[in-house]
Amino acid sequence: MNNIIEAIKHKILILDGAMGTMLQRYNFSEEDFRGERFKDYPSSLKGNNDLLSLTQPKAIADIHRQYFEAGADIVETNTFSGTTIAMADYNMEFLVDELNYESARIAKEVAQEFTAKNPNKPRFVAGSIGPTNRTASLSPDVNKPEYRAVTFEDLRIAYKQQAKALIKGGVDVLLVETVFDTLNAKAALFAIEEIKEEDNINIPIMVSGTITDASGRTLSGQTVEAFLTSISHIPLLSVGFNCALGAEQLFPYLKRLSYETEFYTSAHPNAGLPNAFGEYDESAAEMQSYIEEYLKEGLINIIGGCCGTNPEHIKAIAEVAKNYQPRKAGNEILQPKI
Amino acid sequence: MSEKIKYLSLSGLEPLLIGPNSNFINVGERTNVTGSRQFLRLIKERNFTEALEVARNQVDGGAQILDVNMDEGMLDGVEAMTTFLNLIASEPDISRIPLMIDSSKWEIIEAGLRVVQGKSVVNSISLKEGEAQFKHHAKLVKRYGAAVIVMAFDEAGQADTYQRRIDICKRSYDILVNEVGFPPQDIIFDPNIFPVATGMDEHRKNALDFFQATKWIRKNLPHASVSGGVSNVSFSFRGNNIVREAMHSAFLYHAIKNGMNMGIVNPSMLEVYDEINKDLLDRVEDVLFDRRDDATERLLDYADSVKDQKKDATETVLEWRSLDFQARITHALVKGLDAFIVEDVEEARLSVQKPISVIEGHLMIGMNVVGDLFGSGKMFLPQVVKSARVMKKAVAYLQPFIEAEKDGKQEFAGRILMATVKGDVHDIGKNIVSVVLGCNNYEIIDLGVMVPPEKIIETAVREQVDIIGLSGLITPSLDEMVYISKELERQKIRIPLIIGGATTSKAHTAVKIAPHYQHTVVHINDASRAVTVVGDLLQKNNAVYKSQIREEYDKFREQFLNRTRDKEYRTLEEARARKFNINWNETTISKPKQLGIQVLQDLDLSKLIDFIDWTPFFRSWDLHGKYPEILNDEVVGKQATELFADAQKLLKQILHEKLLKAKAIFGLFPANTVDSDDIEIKHISNETDEIKNAKTFKCLTLRQQLQKRDELPNFALSDFIAPKDSGIQDYMGAFCVCTGFGTQELANEFEKNNDDYNSIMIKALADRLAEAFAEYLHKEVRTKYWAYAENEDLSNTDLIKEAYKGIRPAPGYPACPDHLEKLTIWKLLNVEEEIGVKLTESLAMWPAASVSGYYFGNKEAKYFGLGKITEDQLKDYAKRRNMSENEVRKWLNPNLAET
Repeated sequence: MNNIIEAIKHKILILDGAMGTMLQRYNFSEEDFRGERFKDYPSSLKGNNDLLSLTQPKAIADIHRQYFEAGADIVETNTFSGTTIAMADYNMEFLVDELNYESARIAKEVAQEFTAKNPNKPRFVAGSIGPTNRTASLSPDVNKPEYRAVTFEDLRIAYKQQAKALIKGGVDVLLVETVFDTLNAKAALFAIEEIKEEDNINIPIMVSGTITDASGRTLSGQTVEAFLTSISHIPLLSVGFNCALGAEQLFPYLKRLSYETEFYTSAHPNAGLPNAFGEYDESAAEMQSYIEEYLKEGLINIIGGCCGTNPEHIKAIAEVAKNYQPRKAGNEILQPKI
Repeated sequence: MSEKIKYLSLSGLEPLLIGPNSNFINVGERTNVTGSRQFLRLIKERNFTEALEVARNQVDGGAQILDVNMDEGMLDGVEAMTTFLNLIASEPDISRIPLMIDSSKWEIIEAGLRVVQGKSVVNSISLKEGEAQFKHHAKLVKRYGAAVIVMAFDEAGQADTYQRRIDICKRSYDILVNEVGFPPQDIIFDPNIFPVATGMDEHRKNALDFFQATKWIRKNLPHASVSGGVSNVSFSFRGNNIVREAMHSAFLYHAIKNGMNMGIVNPSMLEVYDEINKDLLDRVEDVLFDRRDDATERLLDYADSVKDQKKDATETVLEWRSLDFQARITHALVKGLDAFIVEDVEEARLSVQKPISVIEGHLMIGMNVVGDLFGSGKMFLPQVVKSARVMKKAVAYLQPFIEAEKDGKQEFAGRILMATVKGDVHDIGKNIVSVVLGCNNYEIIDLGVMVPPEKIIETAVREQVDIIGLSGLITPSLDEMVYISKELERQKIRIPLIIGGATTSKAHTAVKIAPHYQHTVVHINDASRAVTVVGDLLQKNNAVYKSQIREEYDKFREQFLNRTRDKEYRTLEEARARKFNINWNETTISKPKQLGIQVLQDLDLSKLIDFIDWTPFFRSWDLHGKYPEILNDEVVGKQATELFADAQKLLKQILHEKLLKAKAIFGLFPANTVDSDDIEIKHISNETDEIKNAKTFKCLTLRQQLQKRDELPNFALSDFIAPKDSGIQDYMGAFCVCTGFGTQELANEFEKNNDDYNSIMIKALADRLAEAFAEYLHKEVRTKYWAYAENEDLSNTDLIKEAYKGIRPAPGYPACPDHLEKLTIWKLLNVEEEIGVKLTESLAMWPAASVSGYYFGNKEAKYFGLGKITEDQLKDYAKRRNMSENEVRKWLNPNLAET
């Protein structure tokens, strides 16, 4: 039972909620972000949330703790922007190995603490691999459609470094998430496959795409089915959607995905759509009722929250999820090939 | 392991699933530098815009996968592949289908794999360089997330027998599935299509071996697909298209039967299997199946006999008459032959209980074939219009029988309202779209031309139409369309709107129309797109499609506005200071030989034939290319040639029976520029009138305001006429020609006989004749009446290239987009009373086949596009025009810069 591949067969697994939303509550200042170690760093560091794993590790561990207490089975590492490409914004490419390793280690420690308390409910850590801030299949310059700000090779190298450090730090599964350009995700998957081969290990992978709006497509223009087709060449633990939409708006796309794929499915939607002030204000009870629709239809194996969600949301989701059976997936995933 | 069906699934922006029950998958092959000289030239010249058009045409023509190949010695293949695929990625209507990355060089394949987000097909890998290399490449293909074509090729060479083919495929399959872990459904074998009938004994079994190997693969290698390049098989008959097309079609027919489920096929080099001449088919199949020792000789004999022969030989005509009546009806519809249709339909009618069943059954079966062929790029627009003619004739024949039965009523796929908007008289494009949609079983309510908005909306509501189609050619029609969209919104009507016509554009639709109407608005620029768009709009679950359209237009609008906002303009004052300066003391000004007004009441049309510019004629039928090269074009050449022949026939009839009347009026007058942008014209009706006492007309011109490079002036037409204060007397002219008298009557006559083809044709020809007349008259003016170029000797091509001296700009066109100037010309020449050409409320000319404009004789006068103007010129112009700013804004709207 200490293995996520085993655990997912028996129950719907609960993923945690937003990290950023929780960090906002701390209202960290520039000095807090810098901590002692980076107090003389030449550029501004406020907003570099990933860095807090080094400068405010207690806060990060505490957030993980709150989500586990709320009933989460899996927490995500604080590494959404942990690539050299995203860290270039803060000139902190050199920290990538350490950031990912430490973030994974902190989360794993808290997870083990909870597993020890209740061995019947093992807790897991998912290494969060974000989309970076660049797209490999879209040009940022409308006048130069053939131009790309980042290449597959750049991404492959950056993702490989991040994934290696996460695995070293002890994550149970890698989560390639908020995929708005499928080509970026393909580069991440390519890198992970290389690590698996070179280090002769087998680590489960989750992929979570983002349907950007009511067009029902990813930012790079793919339909649900095309997205699924483009990433299914790698044996995945799960495929799903997160971010951009609330649970209510995500429903039809999740349904199509669930119908088409033989992998397990996941969803971690936002707490509704942003209101006029750009805030997410869907209550835990509202979100719970939408998620219950997923459960009634048997669409889901892993469920959690993205932007705007907090431990209350996760608690509400966990409470309702325990009343339902997990979705049945195809057989293949249970014995990932080669 | 469960034996669940495993689909070969590929993706672009949309998925493509290929399973056991899928139809044959057609791979588009024109974006291949080794197969298309045209594409190679475009890539070498880095003309990516046109190269993308080639890709787009493939997709529009029904290709389900797009093969891209950049293997050419002179090209940097990695760079070309990367750039072109990146460009494709930014064209959603191309990148919606999966790509086939085609190269014999691994580094080019890998470059392609690194830039596509979808699941593509790699073409190809093989055991040629040994197992290690093969496995390595396969592993990477899998890791990049692509399917793969495996050539039947090993260390010893290409498989050329049945046994070698299956041995290599089996060995490849086992390595891929068992050692590399490659999903078997992602494997596509290419068991080598080689030429037959080469005269070499060892080639005799090439086709047969392919068929048998294909069958074996599909049976013994679970989930794998089979593909191939079909045109290879007929290699030895290059230059003989009749035989080649028959060979392709027969080969494909049998290959598909044996399990080939995808392939690279040029649809324009494919005869319909059932249409192949029986004797030829026998001989071809003898060769393909190696059925006789003399099979090759017999096919060669046949090939010799049909060399230089046109395909529509009489023997084939008679032959199809012996088929059953369903086959005859389908044949007649596909080939657009109406000679026997009544007789065939009658036979069908006698075989059914209700006459309506013939329309819903036999005729629809035929039209569906037409629709499929058109959809897959195997038929072209003029053919479809001909099919419609046959269809209409058949329906007309059945109508009385249907009416005799009370409950006979045809079921349509949807009801579509079509109208040319108020003030506009142009309807060729609208009629073509109506015909094409009619062919696809839509009920068309065509309200004709100059339809007021109230009537459009009232009819749409009363008839509960599913779609409203608006068409227009002149710029004021754009505002009419905006007005209608606002009205629809105000009245809370929710019917999708389709916009089309020569001046309409996606930009105008996105920027000016879509924001006013919450419901769907789509711009369509050609008839073939209309069918897909209408089909998508009328699907039951089309919310996603509609929101996609909305989003696409929103995005397009934003981009467009961002682009246009970047442009910078000069104030009118600055622009005037930068006017085009002619040195009036040195330039030559010729006084016209004959001042005043002349009328040509009934010009002999045959004089105009040499002046016809045919290129736009083909364009009006959606056949793109320059005349005369278009007649030999790879893709549309055959159709263009047929269309041209039909046009010549009707033209001959027009001349012979004097079906159309051509009239013209023109005048040459003393003129001078005043107040920088206006031209003062002295109206004298003959040589003896005195200039001093002559009535004065003012022609208002507009000036370019776009900020250009320093040395480039900001033009207005007035720059080409000497200013009054120079003291030099200058001259200019005005004209109106019309060849449209009789067009509407003839078109009505054709329509009455259900002959849309000729009804559209007559209008298209009248338009061409009007343009030719304008060209002819301009020449007459240059050489005789004004005579500033008495010794000019220019060919028609020179004329089309506008190589002559002096210009004849027309109101409503780029140099002078202001239609209001037509009012000045009409008053100046008294056009309506003299020759009967009228102006509608939007200032379109009626009859439609008319051209009017000005003559400028100075050798420095040149055509230019006004571009956008800004508010200060609008205000100034309103004052000069003595109109309210709002009124002027309405007329100049398309030329106003976004602020």
